[in-house]
Amino acid sequence: MLFGAKVLASRGIGAASRASGRGGGTTLPGRILLRLQPDAIARLGAGLDRGTTLVSATNGKTTTAGMIAAVLAAEGRAPVHNRAGSNMTWGVATALLEQDGNEGLFEVDEAWLPRVAEQLEPSLIVLCNLFRDQLDRYGEMEALADEWARAVAARGDGTGFALNADDPLIADLGRDSDEEPRPGVIYFGIDDDSQALPELQHAFDAKHCRRCGHPYAYERAFVGHLGHYSCPNCGARRPRPDVAATRIELDGMRGSRSTIRTPAGEIELELPLPGVYNVYNALAAIAASLRLGVAPDRIAAALGEMRAAFGRVETIAVDGVDLSILLIKNPAGANEVLRTLRLEAEDEPIALWIALNDRIADGRDVSWIWDADFELLDGAVRRVVCAGTRAPEMALRLKYAGWPTDRIEVVVGIEASLDRAVAAASGSLYALPTYTALLELHKLLTARGLAEDFWR
Amino acid sequence: MELRVLSLYPEQMNIYADRGNIVFLQRRCEWRGIGFSHAGAGPGDAVDPGAHDLFYIGGGQDRDQRMVAADMVASKRESLVGAVDDGAALLAVCGGYQLLGNSYQLGEEVLPGLGLAELETVREPGARLIGNVAIEVDLGGGPNLLAGFENHGGRTYLGAGAQPLGRVLEGHGNNGRDGFEGVRRDNLIGTYLHGPLLPKNAWLADHLIAQALERRYGTRPQLEPLDDAFEDAAHAGARAAAGA
Repeated sequence: MLFGAKVLASRGIGAASRASGRGGGTTLPGRILLRLQPDAIARLGAGLDRGTTLVSATNGKTTTAGMIAAVLAAEGRAPVHNRAGSNMTWGVATALLEQDGNEGLFEVDEAWLPRVAEQLEPSLIVLCNLFRDQLDRYGEMEALADEWARAVAARGDGTGFALNADDPLIADLGRDSDEEPRPGVIYFGIDDDSQALPELQHAFDAKHCRRCGHPYAYERAFVGHLGHYSCPNCGARRPRPDVAATRIELDGMRGSRSTIRTPAGEIELELPLPGVYNVYNALAAIAASLRLGVAPDRIAAALGEMRAAFGRVETIAVDGVDLSILLIKNPAGANEVLRTLRLEAEDEPIALWIALNDRIADGRDVSWIWDADFELLDGAVRRVVCAGTRAPEMALRLKYAGWPTDRIEVVVGIEASLDRAVAAASGSLYALPTYTALLELHKLLTARGLAEDFWR
Repeated sequence: MELRVLSLYPEQMNIYADRGNIVFLQRRCEWRGIGFSHAGAGPGDAVDPGAHDLFYIGGGQDRDQRMVAADMVASKRESLVGAVDDGAALLAVCGGYQLLGNSYQLGEEVLPGLGLAELETVREPGARLIGNVAIEVDLGGGPNLLAGFENHGGRTYLGAGAQPLGRVLEGHGNNGRDGFEGVRRDNLIGTYLHGPLLPKNAWLADHLIAQALERRYGTRPQLEPLDDAFEDAAHAGARAAAGA
């Protein structure tokens, strides 16, 4: 079969799959095409002559890529983009199959980044953070960082990078073995010391200098191990960020206001997404957008209009209750969600629905919930309903975080537990699902006509 | 009464949420009116074998494990051997378990071990051993079940005189071949059931608390029963996940 025929056949299967209502339209065509033609991504990607941007991270991939897409959309640019968050090779291939365009924007799973980068020869790679996550699937962070280092070293001068200066595992990728900066790197980071965590968090992932193995000295951290660090032994230190948040004001679930220093001038950013972690996502998007030729004030305007990516802070009305959905999937991300909710609970205790699944896409190992700081919400929760395949262990975690057991309920089924949580809530309910629980929740809300089908 | 716990290398050996074990012990003591003290011993720190009755070491990344192996043999081996010989409880999990033996072969390197148990760990070709696991154990009170999760590249083989912790019902265990999991001697337990295994197995947590208190106070305490409805449900969930 000729390549063109394979493309047509795979597209047809995607259309048929969606028409049948069975879903899977974001990955199936790509899966089939890659089976027929293993180098399909390289072939289809060759048509993206305005360049291709890849975004990878443990946390914030979908949001950051969504922010860049929003900036480009405001410029009238419509990149080929795997916007539903299907970020392994088949998701990238499906987007390439089904969308036309002359530039590409792809979020890529951490483990798949080296392979996708090799095939797409990106003009820009945006790398945001590496946290401990699904160790049963990704392995150790240091091993992953080594693979990324090899992938970065393999790229020629045609590839630029936007790197997080505050994550030593990422920042180090922008320097060669003599500590000299690689050409084409733009660094981003936070320069507002008032946002520092009161102490380093328990699940702290970058302890040793990538250069010499000596423990880093941290002056402060903002999210997990993202912060201001240096190596007392070999002198390696955080690079000065080109794009930096110099003043941040958080406004609970509503978002934040910050002042951002860029090489093209200072901007004021009103971001409608909560938490310092979303400031990091915005900094990555700003650095990338500058590289993509967009003016700073236009970037700020587009981000100000930003809507949350699917499942990353959506609010949906369910039976008169405002349901806010916040994905949790690893300790660093969950801790940021818990910090944001603690601000929300300052006035009165909140109602929660937490859904812990242990399917492959969640990580089969639920150990990570014991690394997340649920203690942050001790005394701040009126009612919590635990759902999902491992709901009982979630409930146990909350008991040992000091939450009163008479406020903790277990209802395993997603639908029954959500109804229970909605009935027990007044005004607002915060839903914290793991990834596959989020998909189940979204399907349920779509079936009830409360949410849009997300791959449209 | 007070339970005195020492975490070995808490900064380095904590990769699978090992602190879940510590918080679990702490709360179960507090709820019974038993005092709880917890200290950590890091690189270079000396250990007083008489000052603590329950020693804990968790799992770490390869780089940390290398450093810890060398440091522990240099700075803590004698104290830990003395404590275990004297009846202290020691729980070693995952990477910590691998360091109990005579040696751990990690690629080209051979990491030294504490020599507290007759076992050796090697890397073999083949995938990491990952998944839910359930084992049957008998610590003297009749058969019981431990459920948890394992994720290890190393394969551990027990020497002829070593006693396994249990028999694998579901999962891989020490090496995926001989059907054994973990090791035990005196009040020492080593296991690949990693990270927060005590929350999934409250009976083992209480067993360790009782052993440690017996060493300190001379008689085995009768621990006050707690309302373990949540604990039992989590245990059943972990067990079901393993298919046991």
